[in-house]
Amino acid sequence: MEKLIEIKHLSKTFGTNEVLKDIGFTVNKGEVVCIIGSSGSGKSTLLRCVNLLEKPSGGQIIYKGENILDDKHDIYAYRTKLGMVFQQFNLFNNFNVLGNCTVGQIKVLKRSREEAEEVAMKYLKVVGMDQYINAKPRQLSGGQKQRVAIARALSMEPDVMLFDEPTSALDPEMVGEVLKVMRELAESGLTMLIVTHEMGFAKDVADRVVFMDQGVIVEEGSPEQVLNNPVQERTREFLSRTLNQ
Amino acid sequence: MTLKLIYKILVENWPMFLRGAGMTLYISIISTILGSIIGLIVGVIRTIPMPERGFKKVVLKIVNGILSAYIEFFRGTPMMVQAMVIYYGSAEAFGISIDKYLAAIFIVSINTGAYMSEIVRGGIVSIDKGQFEAAHALGMNHVKTMTNVVMPQVIRNILPATGNEFVINIKDTSVLNVISVSELYFVTKSIAGNSFIFYPPFFIACILYFVMTFTVTRILRLFERKIDGPENFDLTGNQMQVARPEDIIRKKRAEGIGHPY
Ligand SMILES: Nc1ncnc2c1ncn2[C@@H]1O[C@H](COP(=O)(O)OP(=O)(O)OP(=O)(O)O)[C@@H](O)[C@H]1O
Ligand SMILES: [Mg+2]
Repeated sequence: MEKLIEIKHLSKTFGTNEVLKDIGFTVNKGEVVCIIGSSGSGKSTLLRCVNLLEKPSGGQIIYKGENILDDKHDIYAYRTKLGMVFQQFNLFNNFNVLGNCTVGQIKVLKRSREEAEEVAMKYLKVVGMDQYINAKPRQLSGGQKQRVAIARALSMEPDVMLFDEPTSALDPEMVGEVLKVMRELAESGLTMLIVTHEMGFAKDVADRVVFMDQGVIVEEGSPEQVLNNPVQERTREFLSRTLNQ
Repeated sequence: MTLKLIYKILVENWPMFLRGAGMTLYISIISTILGSIIGLIVGVIRTIPMPERGFKKVVLKIVNGILSAYIEFFRGTPMMVQAMVIYYGSAEAFGISIDKYLAAIFIVSINTGAYMSEIVRGGIVSIDKGQFEAAHALGMNHVKTMTNVVMPQVIRNILPATGNEFVINIKDTSVLNVISVSELYFVTKSIAGNSFIFYPPFFIACILYFVMTFTVTRILRLFERKIDGPENFDLTGNQMQVARPEDIIRKKRAEGIGHPY
């Protein structure tokens, strides 16, 4: 299997608060990896370190064999290879749906407007938002916004998609439509790294599940193993807590 | 009786009133534009993220120091006094005589700039952090993030404040009469002085000031609406089976609706 992202001994401290400690894991090409864990365990911070929205305090992030934490590495080019989907959508308020999906392609990837619009339409269709190209973000529901945000990230045609609790800010009836899109993406063979609280979803689509607690990876393995037969006491505790809710 | 007097003054002096109002409008338009440009530049510089170390950090610290001194000084002293110091000061202390209209535009612009840079800075700071992060996540650097995502939103958000500055400038150019700039107040004063009647000319000036500020406010309001675009959006498609999506976009654009930007 081809290693896409390899994280080694990653650490992150905010002031004196050690949020990530000696994190190590690998994302292989075509794999869906779900990160689960309780609130405050450092899942978002980890994901944000992966695309350098947060500067890691130590360790290595190896992308296609190169350590991107080397000073000379072009972090802007690297970020175009990772698609990020945020909990709060973060669609650009000054663009309509189509503009959101084309601005990165045009300004960063230097695609022509025609090509960018074609690519954007392709992915807006994938998420079922191709009829909404003229809408401004404020005119959309939460689920629609998140689907556009997914199309925006896909339009850059990244190697891997990062999702940070993409359904946590949504009303329950809108969670389904976003998860459905993500399921389809997973089936299409896209590499995905997903922070989620949706255990059922993780069980269905993940190739691997990573359980984090207090800044460390406690347990890692197939969904079957981590979610159904966890070895670690802390994983068991977490699962019984979330399942009882 | 009074109406007659006002009418008489107006008939005898209307070219002067118009020229005065024109000068007032001219100075305030140019100064609001220049001031806004100064404000945008200064506001953007003051929000550049501080580099962690090195030469760039020192330079940015010094520049920020100078800029906040500029803002504090011009916001903290009356424009009328600045006008005297700059116009007479340049002539008496340095022997440089500058054109009084240039001096006027300079003074009003630099004052507007001081206020606008704080407005711009506030506008940038109030943009949700998520907007920056989403732009960074697409691979945009700081400059691309600012020009494509942040500043368009900031400019939209500060439009009302800019309109406010414009209105203030229309009114405050009257203080420039201290350096004999023949704007509306100066002209009115001369008309009153020559005819020895006071309130009719000033009443006319009052109306003229109001017409100018009211018109400017309305025009800016219209402009804001235009930027915001329509309240509702149209679903595209259905004819999707026959036309390719890109054709539809092109068609929409030709019809002048559904600009993606
Ligand atoms: N910018 C920051 N400055 C200081 N501390 C931070 C910062 N961002 C996160 N933290 C701290 O890092 C810890 C981990 O936060 P993080 O957001 O990664 O948790 P999480 O696992 O994503 O939680 P949740 O499930 O609630 O999203 C928390 O204790 C948080 O307070
Ligand atoms: Mg989080």
